[in-house]
Amino acid sequence: MSSLAAPGGGIAGSKPGWRASLGWDGTTLLILPAVCFVLAFFVFPCLYGLVLSFMPLKGGVFDNYIRFFSESRFYSTIWKTLLIALPATLANVFLALPIAFALRKTSRYQRIVTAILVVPITLGTVLVAQGLLGYLGPNGWFMRLLMTLHVIDAPFRLTHNYTGVLLSLIITGFPFSFLLTLSYVTGIDPMLAKAAATLGASPWTQFKQIYLPLLAPGLAMGFCLAFVQSFAVFPSAVLLGEPAGTTRVMALAVYQLAYEDYNAPMAAAGAMVMGAVQLIVVSCVLGLRGLFYRGPVGGTKG
Amino acid sequence: MTTVTLTRGGDFPAPFWNRVWSVLLWSLVWLFVLNVAAVVASVAVDSFGTRWFGTWLPEGFTTKWYFSAWDEFQLDDVLIVTIKVVASVVLVSVGLGVPAAYALARREFAGKRTILLLLVLPVLVPTITYGVPLATLLYRVNLGGTLAGVICANLVPTVPFVVLVMTPFIEQIDQRLESAARVCGAGTWGVFRYVLVPLLAPGIMAASLLVLVRSIGMFELTFLTAGPDSQTLVVSLYAAAFSAGIRANQSLDALAVVYMVSSLFWLIIALRFVNPVQLVARVKD
Repeated sequence: MSSLAAPGGGIAGSKPGWRASLGWDGTTLLILPAVCFVLAFFVFPCLYGLVLSFMPLKGGVFDNYIRFFSESRFYSTIWKTLLIALPATLANVFLALPIAFALRKTSRYQRIVTAILVVPITLGTVLVAQGLLGYLGPNGWFMRLLMTLHVIDAPFRLTHNYTGVLLSLIITGFPFSFLLTLSYVTGIDPMLAKAAATLGASPWTQFKQIYLPLLAPGLAMGFCLAFVQSFAVFPSAVLLGEPAGTTRVMALAVYQLAYEDYNAPMAAAGAMVMGAVQLIVVSCVLGLRGLFYRGPVGGTKG
Repeated sequence: MTTVTLTRGGDFPAPFWNRVWSVLLWSLVWLFVLNVAAVVASVAVDSFGTRWFGTWLPEGFTTKWYFSAWDEFQLDDVLIVTIKVVASVVLVSVGLGVPAAYALARREFAGKRTILLLLVLPVLVPTITYGVPLATLLYRVNLGGTLAGVICANLVPTVPFVVLVMTPFIEQIDQRLESAARVCGAGTWGVFRYVLVPLLAPGIMAASLLVLVRSIGMFELTFLTAGPDSQTLVVSLYAAAFSAGIRANQSLDALAVVYMVSSLFWLIIALRFVNPVQLVARVKD
């Protein structure tokens, strides 16, 4: 296939047809395997789950949803999940932003610090949960240190409650937020900030007037991607939290419905509610970013 | 950076507040790094300790927990399953994702926005939302609990991930190189073999290492679809941690260390090949 043809044109010399008029040619067909895969293993299961959720084991079409929103052990999971996932995501994004900004200039130092900060990505939720149970537990190093320094007299509880889950989500989610934010920050043309500096702008002013508006779309996207991660995690909620109480997250409720109650339609309904809550949060965040500047960020990076 | 101390009203006077800010920021970074290191270290130290209760360090050190964990969790089986799953996920997601990324980077066509949305959605929808119905479906066609089912489920987020990472990478490769090869008489295979493969190799390498690290740690999807013979390392780690109390905590920690080392090994290789700053460039709509 000739690639001399302008984008949008068909194959040079091929007979014009409906495919060519849509811009489809041999190269675009390369996309089909991936699209077919996503259709078969993502779109189809989602639709299947949606249909299944309207076919409850007993009762009318909407009974699963009515049950979900009338029993407190189900609907309370929505705000319990949000109460964990939103603070964790916000903490990660606002922790990542200043650090990424401080590391915006390419240097050896930048690579080393980045590498160190990225390592927790390999730890995984289970290992972090196990580690936090030991480290923050009543006999762990953290409590011992505080007692040795006479900050506290007796150990207090940081695990098997809300705090433990929040901490573990911050540790596991931070590397990803940081990488994403860093790649957005370094993607902004540094000449813009230099131009501002020649006009006498302090680093704080540069950040406020130049970086922040340009970063807003990236931050919104980063927030969404980080939120998805902390929204669906349940190992830490089980191992580090109170799975019957304050940290009974939606993912756990859905899992129990499917694998402990063997109620696949009800589990599908829960999964759909979960997807809907997630998409509402994502569209709110992406809607907010529309209030900021939208335009070219400077094409210094490919 | 040398700051010019020209400040307008309302701005911080540059030098003093800059120094306070950077001290604050770096102490925060250090606090984070030290605490994470301590979390990891408390697992690692416990896995080598004999008995540890109410002291700073265990009473003695031993490696016996690794041997007992190896037998108890049938680690050779689990590791073989993990390697099979991860290798297939990497190969298939690169095989499906890179051609799609090439088409997206090089062509404008009707329906491109829809396809992009279709490929972004699996990244933006929580894993449980599609994982639970997908697992139900897989069990219906007798793929649930098998290696193939686990691989299929793990591919759902990784295929779009490869497409999203590779598209900007391919966009930056000059299209005229391919045209020049054509002018010099290369066929499609020749262009692919002598122009595209060498130019794409670093990007494919980066994408596959990222998929590798991701799928070692991919818990939810494997957990929902795995059966007794298709458990990966992370799932058996969770199963062991969930039933804590039955086994010695140390052998659980030993398993956690095995998991961390196998994951860390690949991340270090990845960091040697790719600049982390350029990993996730431009994940825009």
